[in-house]
Amino acid sequence: MARTSPVADWSVDFDVLDQGYVDDPFAIWDDLRQRCPIAHTDRRGSTWLPTRYEDVTAIAHDVDHFSSLEVAVIPFDGEEPEEPILPYGLPPISADPPLHTWTRRLLLPWFSHTRVDSYEAMTRDLCRSLLDGFADPGRADAAADYAQQIPVRVIAAILGVSDSHSDMFTGWVRDVLEFADDPERRARGVEGLINYFLAEIEHRKEQPGDDLLSMLLHLEVDGAPVEQSLVLGTAALVLIAGVDTTWSAIGSSLWHLATHRDDRRRLVADPGLMPFAVEELLRAYSPVTMARIVTKDVEFAHCPMKVGDKILMNFPAANRDPEAFENPDTVVLDRAVNRHVAFGSGIHRCAGSNLARMELRVALEEWLHRIPEFELAEGAEVTWAGGQVRGPRVLPVVFA
Amino acid sequence: MRIRVDPTKCQGHARCFALVPELFDIDDYGMSSVKDDGSVPPDLEERSRLAIANCPEFAIEEIAEGTP
Repeated sequence: MARTSPVADWSVDFDVLDQGYVDDPFAIWDDLRQRCPIAHTDRRGSTWLPTRYEDVTAIAHDVDHFSSLEVAVIPFDGEEPEEPILPYGLPPISADPPLHTWTRRLLLPWFSHTRVDSYEAMTRDLCRSLLDGFADPGRADAAADYAQQIPVRVIAAILGVSDSHSDMFTGWVRDVLEFADDPERRARGVEGLINYFLAEIEHRKEQPGDDLLSMLLHLEVDGAPVEQSLVLGTAALVLIAGVDTTWSAIGSSLWHLATHRDDRRRLVADPGLMPFAVEELLRAYSPVTMARIVTKDVEFAHCPMKVGDKILMNFPAANRDPEAFENPDTVVLDRAVNRHVAFGSGIHRCAGSNLARMELRVALEEWLHRIPEFELAEGAEVTWAGGQVRGPRVLPVVFA
Repeated sequence: MRIRVDPTKCQGHARCFALVPELFDIDDYGMSSVKDDGSVPPDLEERSRLAIANCPEFAIEEIAEGTP
């Protein structure tokens, strides 16, 4: 069953859950950029969709008009409880300054360059064991058997929770991010995450470890412990933000390499290209769209934005804007000038960007080392998820 | 050639550090700053221009000659 009704005019009635848009949004963005660079819809509430680099980054920097209190691209359609378990949402991503500022500082050191370097060996071993474990010789689902399995386990290690629950975590994160328009699935994901972390928090009150969750729990800010609901929200954020996103970037990159033989062979022949290739693949297939909510009426680029309107921060479209990138729809593995905003722009720059880059690089290095030649399986149906996070969910490939 | 990082613009993308680690320091919070007084040795000039051209926040700039 289709999740959405057909769209006649993308400029006034867009729908990011339209399957055609999920599968191939690029031509739609090109069309909008030329005739209506900030599109509007009344589906799921009054919502704007900027498509130009200049507009997306300007909105990201204007925290005075555009708040992060509502960042969900697919809004929850049911009734919120009177006393929510997470009154602050998932800080810092769902917070504005000043709450944003200090909660973000709690997280950042866990994702610093030096800290991320220390996670690399574990990530590499994990990728190798996944490649060793492919059940059938010569074929695999590069999304489900590989990409999907990597970030969730790295994040579990950082949080200090068991990676034996990886499939459960992945299911909850998909419920919350990809199926938020289905009240049952969303509720299942939210309850699953909250109950799991509540139990883990109780455990760490008695027996703290050296993990991120223990640190959050035993930390004092201005002489007082951090409220438990903040710890819970931040822990849930780390899992939610660290799983679907990077997995999608790895999957999209493998899709590109499976379908572009020259790029694949070039990258295998010249591994020194990898740091540039990682940035270019992030640009061309940016997975993440976040939302903002308008807190003061404003006319932005001739669009009358009203309090309560939502803005979809279309970083993926910004990264395909010909005003900002030469030949934006071509992947140029060694692109020299690449100010892409796959990790956002401004004060909400993805706190885990160092980790995501490392995971993407290591996942590609290990895959190409083991499987330098691969392509889509004949007749295979690749399926994509979209909305908040875009990436392949089924990606059958064959190799020698 | 000398460069600087505008601390009011840097958001910790760390692209500069990835491109020219010889020229930048990054703190635990991701904030970048130039080493020493930001002087760029001639053999790093080309890569330092790459760092300028890849900063998503337009936070790195060349300091005009004669500026203290």
